[in-house]
Amino acid sequence: MSVPNVMVLRAPGTNCDEETAFAFEQAGGRAERIHINRLLEQPRVLEAFQIVCIPGGFSYGDDIAAGRILANQLMAKIADSLRAFRDAGKLILGICNGFQVLIKSGLLIDEGEQGFDATLTWNLSGRYEDRWVHLQTGDTSCVFLKDIEGMYLPIAHAEGRFAIRNREVFTDLADKGQLALCYARATAESDVEASDKKRCGSRDPNSIYKFPTNPNGSTGNVAGLCDVTGRVFGMMPHPERFIERTQHPHWTRLDHDVSIDGRKIFENAVRLFH
Amino acid sequence: MLWQITVYPADPQHDRLAHQVANSVRLGVLGLNDQSMSGFQIASAHGFLLQGDLDLATVKKIATKLLTESAVERFEVSRVGDSSEENVEAGHLVYVLPKPGVTDAQADSALAAIQLLGATPSAARTFRRFQVTGLTNEEAQLLASRLLANESIEQVVFGPLQIKQLEIDNRYEFALTRVALREAGDDQLREINQAFQLSLNLVEMQTIQAHFRQLDRDPTDIELETIAQTWSEHCSHKTLAGRIDYCDEHGERHFNNMLKETIFAATQNIRKQLGERDWCVSVFKDNAGVIKFDDQLNLTFKVETHNRPTAIEPYGGANTGIGGVIRDTLGTGMGAKPLCNTDVFCFGDPNTQTRDLPPGVMHPRRIMQGVVSGVRDYGNRMGIPTINGAVFFDQRYLGNPLVFCGNVGMIPQEHSFKQPQHNDLIVSVGGRTGRDGIRGATFSSAELTESSEQTSSGAVQIGNPIIEKIVVDVVLEARDRGLYHAITDCGAGGFSSAVGEMGEEIGAEVWLDKAPLKYQGLSYTEIWISEAQERMVCSVPESHWEEFRDLCMSEGVEATVIGRFVPTGRLQLKYHDNIVGDLDLEFLHQGRPATIRQAEYAPSASLPLSTPSCFLPGESLLSILSSLNVASKHWIIRQYDHEVLGRSVIKPLVGSRNDGPSDAAVIRPRLDSQRGAVIACGMNPYFGDFDTYHMAASSINEAIRNCVAVGADPSRIAILDNFCWGFTDRPTTLGSLVRAALACRDIAEAYGTPFISGKDSLNNEFSYLDSSGKRQTISIPATLLISALGQVADVNQCVTMDFKQAGSLIYQLGQTHAELGGSHFSLVHQLTGGQVPQVDAGSSKALFAAVHQAIIFGWIKACHDLSEGGLSVALAEMSLAGDLGCEVELDSITFDRMRACDVERAQPEYKTIVQLFSESNSRFVVEVATEHQSLFEQHFGDLCQAIGRVQTIPRVTITSQGNPIIDLTIEQIRHAWQRPLDLGGEYQNGDLQ
Repeated sequence: MSVPNVMVLRAPGTNCDEETAFAFEQAGGRAERIHINRLLEQPRVLEAFQIVCIPGGFSYGDDIAAGRILANQLMAKIADSLRAFRDAGKLILGICNGFQVLIKSGLLIDEGEQGFDATLTWNLSGRYEDRWVHLQTGDTSCVFLKDIEGMYLPIAHAEGRFAIRNREVFTDLADKGQLALCYARATAESDVEASDKKRCGSRDPNSIYKFPTNPNGSTGNVAGLCDVTGRVFGMMPHPERFIERTQHPHWTRLDHDVSIDGRKIFENAVRLFH
Repeated sequence: MLWQITVYPADPQHDRLAHQVANSVRLGVLGLNDQSMSGFQIASAHGFLLQGDLDLATVKKIATKLLTESAVERFEVSRVGDSSEENVEAGHLVYVLPKPGVTDAQADSALAAIQLLGATPSAARTFRRFQVTGLTNEEAQLLASRLLANESIEQVVFGPLQIKQLEIDNRYEFALTRVALREAGDDQLREINQAFQLSLNLVEMQTIQAHFRQLDRDPTDIELETIAQTWSEHCSHKTLAGRIDYCDEHGERHFNNMLKETIFAATQNIRKQLGERDWCVSVFKDNAGVIKFDDQLNLTFKVETHNRPTAIEPYGGANTGIGGVIRDTLGTGMGAKPLCNTDVFCFGDPNTQTRDLPPGVMHPRRIMQGVVSGVRDYGNRMGIPTINGAVFFDQRYLGNPLVFCGNVGMIPQEHSFKQPQHNDLIVSVGGRTGRDGIRGATFSSAELTESSEQTSSGAVQIGNPIIEKIVVDVVLEARDRGLYHAITDCGAGGFSSAVGEMGEEIGAEVWLDKAPLKYQGLSYTEIWISEAQERMVCSVPESHWEEFRDLCMSEGVEATVIGRFVPTGRLQLKYHDNIVGDLDLEFLHQGRPATIRQAEYAPSASLPLSTPSCFLPGESLLSILSSLNVASKHWIIRQYDHEVLGRSVIKPLVGSRNDGPSDAAVIRPRLDSQRGAVIACGMNPYFGDFDTYHMAASSINEAIRNCVAVGADPSRIAILDNFCWGFTDRPTTLGSLVRAALACRDIAEAYGTPFISGKDSLNNEFSYLDSSGKRQTISIPATLLISALGQVADVNQCVTMDFKQAGSLIYQLGQTHAELGGSHFSLVHQLTGGQVPQVDAGSSKALFAAVHQAIIFGWIKACHDLSEGGLSVALAEMSLAGDLGCEVELDSITFDRMRACDVERAQPEYKTIVQLFSESNSRFVVEVATEHQSLFEQHFGDLCQAIGRVQTIPRVTITSQGNPIIDLTIEQIRHAWQRPLDLGGEYQNGDLQ
């Protein structure tokens, strides 16, 4: 197999599907935007795809909580199909709202008696925020982050603060290598300080950067989470918004060979099937 | 059974809602005394009421699995009114719920999601709950009505909830209403006009009367309402497109159609001159103007105002304002795809003391927060980036805040026109019809008073962007499959306007009982004129109806046949078997009597600029940077998603720290092409206080120079006009508008820059009784917003305004004049008089072309236009954005002193003031690399003045004749510029690197 088929799943209120599909196409995949109603009616549609991406947006208007309604639909109707998809060595990516869906649908963390032990909730500022942030990858086997150390990408969300029930939850995620992506300081353009390395996935969830380095107050500066297989990954920043040089917020100040960080995520995903 | 699920922030989570309320209280929005302020405490919860045959275990399961985030929230399930955590003794318990009938999207979503969990409640409603301590009863009431609830759509309940059931049983008994018009005398006509809120004048009422006398019957209420909607200022622009006798210092002029003879005429002349190279496609006809973009695509652009609803309910008003203009895009041609939003607001000073507010006026800070949230929530949820805007503050906007919402769309060339066909079905697509927004069109044409809040709350609409998003998705698919012949949006006037316009040349029969309703109880007239949001009307041939319906259904969009375009030339309205209205379309659209309005303009005598009491140039610069119109709008900009759709090239904030103010925004409409669209605006009401001609000319100049500054081709810029004015029955007010329109004609034609669409909002005055019982009226200043849509062949050539490299040369381009009238220098020093900036169209056209060429040649590293605050502010902004200082010498900037008067020239510091702070049009500051110096200087000749260099030292240093006159650090500048509107406290707590 050389060109993987990518399902970009859209629901009412999904709004980053077009550019996300385009990003996968640019990376060499064959992307198709599929409506959730179609998938729920015919879960076997999944079989024709190697990658599923739940893109950004406001699925079902963020009603009740961001991602909750779509997550509820996936769990109630096709949870087994999605697990089988992952177990077959295929990939699932959730970006922004897609990350909110994944974390609330049991594909990244397990649901306990009292519900989920971790979630994405309101930014500490209480506001929606569009801002570019520096990121650093943790000690992770996440397929999407292969050979990536740092990135500079935009976030655009109101409910992106990673929050946990207690400290043990954090330690557990860190031990399993699930804390894949963190907000970080930058010295120069997208260069991450070496000293930050230990902060990503550190043992102290409460040691976090102030706004705007950590733009939403996320516990442990967490910006992205993968499952234990490394094949299911959710991230708050939007890689599909940085696949061209002129999307960088100060590209007019930079050289032509600036690193185009968002592209790599899609290339890593597609390359797995080359 | 009615269950109450109350959700609390779990310890130690932040109580976000309570925090926001407490913040506003601290900022003085309620005007509490210090004692109340110090004792004030508040805690919030939110929750759901669920009605149905459910047991406790099921409700708890629903709460755990669906309604709470257990990692950060906890919940309590109780019978309604039995919550154990309600403490009535300790203070005030305030519940806020949507009023019955108001859209509760969260509750609807919850109902659907609960069904997936296997339970079937019959109804749901959301609520917010606040436990408040430390306030008197009166203060708590004030808190509830001002900050906790929005009483036009929400109800407040003090104490535990006492609701028994959620549904309201409200059936509608049909009864045809006829209005006894034929026998009415003039006084009775006025009474009828008042009773039905028709906003028609006596002559119009008499015309309708005569028409029905001829028909030998009285009209029904729905006929009267239809005529009022169609003839409303909002829908027909009867003032500006009407007859006007105008006189000014040049003599008298008569217009048969003022807009047609000024602004449209300029466009027609430009198109004629362009001949085969004409790039306008559809102007002043459709819901938006349409221009060519590339070989396959056209762009659409429309800016709407939504002022009246915003004054009453800022969130809903702004929310539906942006929703409405997006539907304009979708309703243009066969449906354009929305690409980006632009938003411009005018508010009173957010720091106004509550006691200084006229009665019935909402605090400007609350208006601003509501408006920004409304635009944010609609635009972001629709997934349309908001990429450009402006905010203008003046106390004359206290009672009449202005909200301009714009949208740019793209449409394949072959879909740019529409034509409904005989016997097509009239199909309503999208949201359901409710009582929301009834009489919005007539309301928006009336003057506001202190009681508007009570009489007009029906005119407030609440949007649901997710419905609109799925409508856009499905409509564009149906367009590409060729499933309909025409489309338009349901805007002001609802079905009445949409069907009336679409069927204007054919005729229509409408079956009002078929329209899907949000709830029962609507009369046939309410269905017809409701302005419920998120509805489009399509003209679908019978042969395509099934496919159209199935497509809509597959994506969860409701589509319903509500009538047929029948070739009768009549508009026939039915409710079940009853004919409730039958109007001749010719009368409806052509029957409005032409009134001749008087307009006069007498230019005010020019007065010398008064003298500043004390002049320290650095202090003046910092004051201007801190003045509200100039200060950074990052608090607003960052709440908008400006990058969704992946097309962003130049963002609203640019520079090394992403915090410099860009002149214009640039996007790539096609993901696979480097051709760009440029969006900018120009507006300056202060200039209008001097002369609306020069204000209009300056606004056009500003909008164009903003586009040119980032790289737009000046020969390919299209513009829009939005006139917001006072009471235009007053000849001087109308005169000032006509004068502005004349400038629009002159300047547009001189530049070859066509107007392609426009909109006006008149009678923006607020009247109230002051403390002595006297009626006072505040009129907004004459406000003309010019929005510009430019194009750039290759976005890689675009330029931003931040200084790029130490050692580069700095030039000022264009001619400075002694023009400080209406300037921000005058504003911060409270000066009067002076010359208002004017536009020399010939020389500026040449300059714009020269700048564009230099940008293409790659000689310009940074470019910023000179506007509010003149040269000094431009330099300060370029430095802070680039994090690089500059060293500037003013001596090469010369100007013609003849424009100033003797008194001004006599001031010793006069020359410096002009050089630093004059707001003359058609000027830029540019940064040029030393290697391009000679080419650049040859190219511009006399038009450029070398003024200094970019430096690594983080200071802005300006000297005149060897003497330092300004020496500020970038940090001082950033501080002055960023703090005033830093409402989120970003620069107080942050660890900015």
